[in-house]
Amino acid sequence: MTATAREVSGAAGDPYLPRVFEVRSIEPQAPQVATFTLAATDSSRDLPFAFQPGQFNMIYLPGLGEVAISISGDPDGREGLKHTIRFIGRVTEALSRLEPGSLLGVRGPYGAPWPLDQAAGRDVLLVAGGLGMAPLRPVVKALLHEPSRYGRLSLVYGGRQPIDLLFAAEFAGWRDQGLQLCPIVDRAGPGWRGEVGVAPALVHQIKLEPANTLVMTCGPEIMMHYTIAEVLAKGVPGQNIFLSLERNMQCAVGLCGHCQLGPEFLCIDGPVFPYPRVARYLGVAHF
Amino acid sequence: MSGGPATGHAVIDKSEIETLIQGLWKSGYTVVGPTIAQSAIVIDEIKSAADLPIGWTDLQEGGSYRLKKRDDQAYFGYAVGPHSWKKYLFPARLTLYTIKKNAAELEIIAPDPAPRYAFLGVRGCDLRAIEVQDRTFLQGAYVDPHYKARREQALVIAVNCAQAASTCFCTSMGTGPRARGGYDLALTEFADRFLVEVGSERGQGVLASLASRPAVQADLVLADNQARATAESMTRTLDVSDMPGLFYENLDHPRWDQVAERCLSCTNCTMVCPTCFCHSVDDVPDLAGETSQRVRVWDSCFNPEFSHVAGGNTRPQIRERYRQWLTHKLASWVDQFGVSGCVGCGRCITWCPVGIDLTEETAAIRGRLEA
Repeated sequence: MTATAREVSGAAGDPYLPRVFEVRSIEPQAPQVATFTLAATDSSRDLPFAFQPGQFNMIYLPGLGEVAISISGDPDGREGLKHTIRFIGRVTEALSRLEPGSLLGVRGPYGAPWPLDQAAGRDVLLVAGGLGMAPLRPVVKALLHEPSRYGRLSLVYGGRQPIDLLFAAEFAGWRDQGLQLCPIVDRAGPGWRGEVGVAPALVHQIKLEPANTLVMTCGPEIMMHYTIAEVLAKGVPGQNIFLSLERNMQCAVGLCGHCQLGPEFLCIDGPVFPYPRVARYLGVAHF
Repeated sequence: MSGGPATGHAVIDKSEIETLIQGLWKSGYTVVGPTIAQSAIVIDEIKSAADLPIGWTDLQEGGSYRLKKRDDQAYFGYAVGPHSWKKYLFPARLTLYTIKKNAAELEIIAPDPAPRYAFLGVRGCDLRAIEVQDRTFLQGAYVDPHYKARREQALVIAVNCAQAASTCFCTSMGTGPRARGGYDLALTEFADRFLVEVGSERGQGVLASLASRPAVQADLVLADNQARATAESMTRTLDVSDMPGLFYENLDHPRWDQVAERCLSCTNCTMVCPTCFCHSVDDVPDLAGETSQRVRVWDSCFNPEFSHVAGGNTRPQIRERYRQWLTHKLASWVDQFGVSGCVGCGRCITWCPVGIDLTEETAAIRGRLEA
């Protein structure tokens, strides 16, 4: 059997089979980071790519392999399917050499999403570190579509240097729509008038009603560790804290075994977890 | 009573195994079963009964496996070897699809259809292992169509174990020595004949193709006695109480450091384990870069790169990798799949080059051995 993209989508029973997508645009975001906008080449090309904030896709380059990449676009679908990718491994470095019109494989969306369904009527605090902003951007977009449904909306976003902060061109617009945005960098550069330090250190400044606050955090595990300690100290209940974890992911469908954390398969049980569910394992070094 | 008929059972002469093998091939099955290769009893294609290790047995201990001539001509007078049936249901290398780069499209070519296997000589522990892998590949959020196609077609002929290796502990795991379901036919070997138990309609059909005679109650009593003797001869035990909690509460136990001093992280235990399912999918491009095969290969949590992420390896030391393997096998497997990942076959003990014994490591974690 041979199959073009159209026939492949008919083979949806095989979770290993990708659909063929085309690169529509590549937008540099930061040094070694770009946002790719993709479009299906099959009969579903005119439909928005349905996903929930926090989910990811497997991006496949023939001859090289697959990588798990979170979806960074607006969940309303109007931006197209967006992935914000750092060029750091074999596959992602090859992605950096693609041009609009290039074809690649996409499987997904996969994984448990952020708990936006629990956000109505609550203060929402997002804490992102580095590339961890990518899976939180869909949350920002979703919240800012209807800011009146929520309480105070805040984002603490830490990066190494100002130039590393992703989506910086959108910050002013997000603030105008009602987001309290606090960027912070490890090392300031010329013209930086913001905070210098680590993201968790800003958390205590954020105004929120602890018992009625939902926290979502994504970034290096050490950053999430201290962020969680800060928000717990403020009185946010553990079950209101959600984090997105990273492990080696290869199949994304709970079969290959690489992404395990204790009983959890990050690809299907996560990557977003309520903190109490994984707290006992996160404290164990190299587990 | 001993002379009465036993329903669901039959007796065949030993020579009927040849009829069975030939009949299965003629029916379109690829018959696989135990045979000798490289001084071990492996699982491979069986063209005739002469390919079976008739008259051979095995001597197994931690880190040691030897073949030895038997005093008789038993067909199945040995325990399990390094291979398990996952070799066929979940092959070590399997092309999932081939992708071809054409001018303006990516063409995806599906693999050849799965073969139809007849498994001859599946032991109780391995029947459970197949059920355990069914939970992984067929009963989770996503179904693996490659496993499914092989599994659904496979005919399973079990053999009840007449002897245990020193590394066996199926009685602790509740998986043997007698087949406990999950087979089409189950054989019990006596000196001059086999008792056949029918486990499915398909098995009944296969039995009908053989020259058989009714079994009598005495045959069943003999089979019971054989199973009891095999169970009583088992020397190893594994206490599986308090799982999974025992391991979750001991993730920083000093025994992990101690076992890491012996473990070579060679991956043998995961390769021979009949339930280990971890795998990678590699791209194998041709030299021109025009086509690429997506090839699924067994991986192991003992490979350092198994836990590789952009920031480094999650489990850089052998201590953490052995802890992951044993904790998964005996503890988190229960949370994930509702059953232990260990079936008590003992392969990981025999084939560990330094003879690490998970029953001993578990006892140490439990605090019943000097750490």
